[in-house]
Amino acid sequence: MTKKVIFPMTRVHEPLRVDVDIQNGKVVDATVGATLFRGFEIMMIGRDPRDAALLTQRICGICSSAHAVAATFAMQQAFRLSPTLNGQHIINLIFAADIIQNQIRHFYVLAIYDYLKGPNMPPYTPRLEGDYRLPQKLTDELMAHTKEGMLKAMRAHEMLAIFGAKIPMQQTILVTGVTEQASADRISAYLGILQELTDWVENVYLYDVAVLADYYKDYYTIGSTKGNMISYGMFPQPITGKREFPSGVIFEKGKVQPLDTSKISEDIRHSWYQDDQETRNPIEGTTVPDRNKAEAYSWIKSPRYEGYAFEGGPLARAWISGEYQRGTGVMDRIITRAQETLKICRMAQDWISQLVPGGPTLSKYAVPMQGEGAGLTDAMRGPLGHWIKIKDSKIVHYQIVTPTAWTFSPRDNQGKRGPVEESLLDTPVANTEDLIEIGRVIRSFDPCFTCAVHTIDAPEHKPPMTL
Amino acid sequence: MLSRREFIHLCMSTAVGMSLTEYLIPIMHNAIAQSKTNKAPVIWLELGSCTGNSVSLENAVNPTLEQLLSEILDVRYHWLLNVANGEDATKALEETLEKEAGKFWLVVEGSVMTADNGRYNEVFLRNGNMVTGLDAIMDIAAKAKYVISVGDCAAFGGPSAAHPNPAGAKGVWEVVNRQVINIPGCPAHPDWMTGTFSHLLFYGVPELDSYNRPLMFFGKTIHDLCQRRQQFEDGIFADFPGGEGCLFRVGCKGPVTHADCPLRQWNHYVNWPVKAGAPCIGCASPNFPDGMMPFYNHLPDIQTPFTALNVKKIGAAMVALGTGGVATHFAVGIYKKRIHKHYVDGTKPLEVSEPETLEQAKKELEELTKQKNALLAKTRKLEANHPVRHRKWWRRKLAEIFQGKDKNED
Ligand code: SF4
Ligand code: SF4
Repeated sequence: MTKKVIFPMTRVHEPLRVDVDIQNGKVVDATVGATLFRGFEIMMIGRDPRDAALLTQRICGICSSAHAVAATFAMQQAFRLSPTLNGQHIINLIFAADIIQNQIRHFYVLAIYDYLKGPNMPPYTPRLEGDYRLPQKLTDELMAHTKEGMLKAMRAHEMLAIFGAKIPMQQTILVTGVTEQASADRISAYLGILQELTDWVENVYLYDVAVLADYYKDYYTIGSTKGNMISYGMFPQPITGKREFPSGVIFEKGKVQPLDTSKISEDIRHSWYQDDQETRNPIEGTTVPDRNKAEAYSWIKSPRYEGYAFEGGPLARAWISGEYQRGTGVMDRIITRAQETLKICRMAQDWISQLVPGGPTLSKYAVPMQGEGAGLTDAMRGPLGHWIKIKDSKIVHYQIVTPTAWTFSPRDNQGKRGPVEESLLDTPVANTEDLIEIGRVIRSFDPCFTCAVHTIDAPEHKPPMTL
Repeated sequence: MLSRREFIHLCMSTAVGMSLTEYLIPIMHNAIAQSKTNKAPVIWLELGSCTGNSVSLENAVNPTLEQLLSEILDVRYHWLLNVANGEDATKALEETLEKEAGKFWLVVEGSVMTADNGRYNEVFLRNGNMVTGLDAIMDIAAKAKYVISVGDCAAFGGPSAAHPNPAGAKGVWEVVNRQVINIPGCPAHPDWMTGTFSHLLFYGVPELDSYNRPLMFFGKTIHDLCQRRQQFEDGIFADFPGGEGCLFRVGCKGPVTHADCPLRQWNHYVNWPVKAGAPCIGCASPNFPDGMMPFYNHLPDIQTPFTALNVKKIGAAMVALGTGGVATHFAVGIYKKRIHKHYVDGTKPLEVSEPETLEQAKKELEELTKQKNALLAKTRKLEANHPVRHRKWWRRKLAEIFQGKDKNED
C-alpha cells in the first residue's frame, strides 16, 4: 500500500491537493481537496445589485463571463426584465467566445503535456516520466498546433472584446443587454474571427483530439464515473428563452430526466465549515468557516442531487443532448469538449446573422426595491447558479453554486465520493513516483477552483425553474 | 539595443494593431542572442487570486506565450504552466530559491490571505507539511531580487479584500517588508506586465509613483486620455450606460483612475470599456473595488480629507479629488456640490489605521496639498470667469433639449 500526496496539482486553476492510495498498481482510494477560501458571497451583501455582474466576475479570471451571465440571469428574474433581441444574442456571443477560448486553452495549455513531451526548458521541464505514445512525427505536429492553439485562444478573446470591451472581466453585459453597439463593423469583425476559429477547430483541434484518442484508447475506460450527469442548459434564445443546450439530469447512464432544483442539497461533513446540521437543502444553508474541523479536507461543499454526486461539463451536456453517449472516461471528456467547441462556433455564426445592425442592444431600467431571482446557466465546466435577493434596492442575500463544486466535491456524510474521487478509483499507475495517470484523469475535468471555493452561504429560496 | 529613453517612449506609444509585446520580443531576442542580458529566473506565486492575470498574460503574446517564456522570462515555478506535478514542481521552486537567491524575481498574483494565520490559503508542501501563502511569501520575498505584484489583488488587496474581507486578504506590500513593484489592474494589461518585466531586465527598476506603480503606464488618468473627454468638456453626458456622451454621470471612474487604457486598449487593440459604452470601474486603482462602488453611480463628494496622516484615508481622499494632471473641471463639480455622496452600506468604510510607511504618507500628503491648492486656485479662476461658465451651461442645456434628456441633476 502506498499513500501519495500531490500538492499542488499543477496545470489546474488554483490550489488542489490530491491524496491517493495505491495498491497493486491501482488507485484504491482518493480524496481531492481545494485549499483557498475567499468568500465572495459575503462580500456581495449590502451592495447595489447592478454591481453583481461586475464583482462576481472577479471570482474567476478564467471563466469570468460565465459569472457575468449567471448574475445577469438572476437579475433579470429579480428585476422582471428581459433583454432586447440584439442584447440576448450579444450576451450569447460574448459567452460563446469565452467558452471557445477556454476549451482551446484547456486542451493546448493544460492537458496536452500529459500526453506529449514539451520543449526542453522550464516550465515544461522537469516533466513527468510515463508512457508518451505518439511517434516523433506526430509529436512535432501536435507541438506546432499547440503554438497555434495559444494564438487561437487569444483570438477568441479578441473576438469577445469586440462586444465585451475587455477580457478577462468583460465589462459590457447589463440586465437588458450590452452597452456596445451592434454596428456593422463590430459584426463583421466578430464574424471574421469566428470564421477563422471555426475552420481551425474543425481541422486542427478535432484532428489533434482524434490522434490522442487513437493512441490512448485505454483512456476511454480510465477515469470513468458511474454516469450521473447534470446540466442547467445554456444560451437562451431571445423572447422564447428556450435554451440551445437543454437542461436535464441522467442517473447512471440512463434516460434524460427533467431537472428539479428542489432536489439539490449540500453537505459539509468533509468541508471546513460548521453547522449543527450536516446536510441542508440550499434553501436554508448556512456557512461558518472552520479550518480546524477534524474530518474535513476541502473548502468545497458537497452538492448532491437526490443524494447522489453528479458530473457536469461538456460530457454531461453531450449525454443530455443525446449527441454522444459512448462512455464516461478521460477521452470521452476530451472528445466532447472539442466537439462542443465546434458546435458553439456554428451556433455563434447563426446568432450573429440574426443581429439587427444598429438595432438597440439595451433598454433602460431602474433597480427595483425588492426582488429575487435565480440565474442558472451552464458554464464551461458545468452547472453554475447565482441566487440573489434584493431589499431596499440592495443585495441582502447572494449565493453561488459552481460547476467545480459539483465535480470536485469531497465525500458527503453517507461516505459517497464526489465524481472526481470516484473517477480516480481503479486508475492504473505504472510508477508511483510520477503518477502521470492521475493528472490525466483530473485534468480531463478541466478543474478550476477559483470559483468552487466560494460556496459558502446557501440560497434561502427555491428558485423557480424557468428553463 | 534601445536606450532607456527610447524604451520608455516605445512603452508609452501605442500603434494600432500591434501589442507592446510584439515590439519587445525581437528586441529581447537580440539582446539575449548577443548575450547582453540573461533571462530572468522567475517564481510566479499564486495566492488568493482568480488566475486572471496569468490568463491576461496569455493574451499578450503574439504569436505565443512560449515566445515570452523563451525570450524574456525563465519561469521555473508557475503552477498553471508547470508540467511536473506536486513535489517535483515544488522542487523546482526550492532549487531556484537556493541556487538563484538574490537573483530570481518573485511575481505574485492574488492577495495574501491572513485570516487564521494564513490557513485560508495553502499553496504547497514542504517536508510533508502544508505551507500557507502567507508563510511562502515571507520566505520567498526575502530572497528575491525584485518582488512584483500583478493585478489589483496582489498590489492592493483588490476584489479578494472587498468588505468585509472574510479571509483577511492584503496586498503584498502590506505584508512583506521591502519594495514591491505594483502592476495593478483587474486584470493587469499584458503590456503593463511585459513592459515592466522588460524594463527590469534591461534597466532595472522603472520610475515609480507613490504607490510603486510604473509611471510609464500609470502616469496619467483614464480621463486625461479619454476619447469622450470633449463631451465631458462640453457637458454632454450619457444618461444610461451605452449612451452617447461622457459616461461620468453613469459612474465612470476615469477621472480618478491612473492607467492608459484609452490609448492602449485591450485584447490586441480591439476595444476598451468606455469606448464600448461601459463606464470605467477603476480596476487599476488602489481603492478598487470598494472605493469605486457602486459602479454605476458617479463619484462621491468628499469634503475635508486632511484630517489624519493615514495612507488609506489619503488614498480614499485622492479618489474623491482625483490626482495627477486631473480634471480641474471635475473639481469644479465637487466645489459646486453638483456631485453628491453616494457611498452605500457594504462598501468599505474609510478605515482609520496607522500609516503603513511614514515616508509614503508624507509624500501623499504633500502631493495632495499641492493638488488641493492648485485645484482651489483654478476653481476660483473659473468661478470668476462667468462668460465661460455660461457658455458651457448653455451648451449643455441645448444639448439636453435636443436630445430630449430629462434633468439628470439628482
Ligand atoms: S486583481 Fe482581478 S484579475 Fe487579478 S487576481 Fe484579483 S480579481 Fe483576479
Ligand atoms: S468621465 Fe469617463 S467617459 Fe467621461 S471623459 Fe472622463 S474618462 Fe471619459
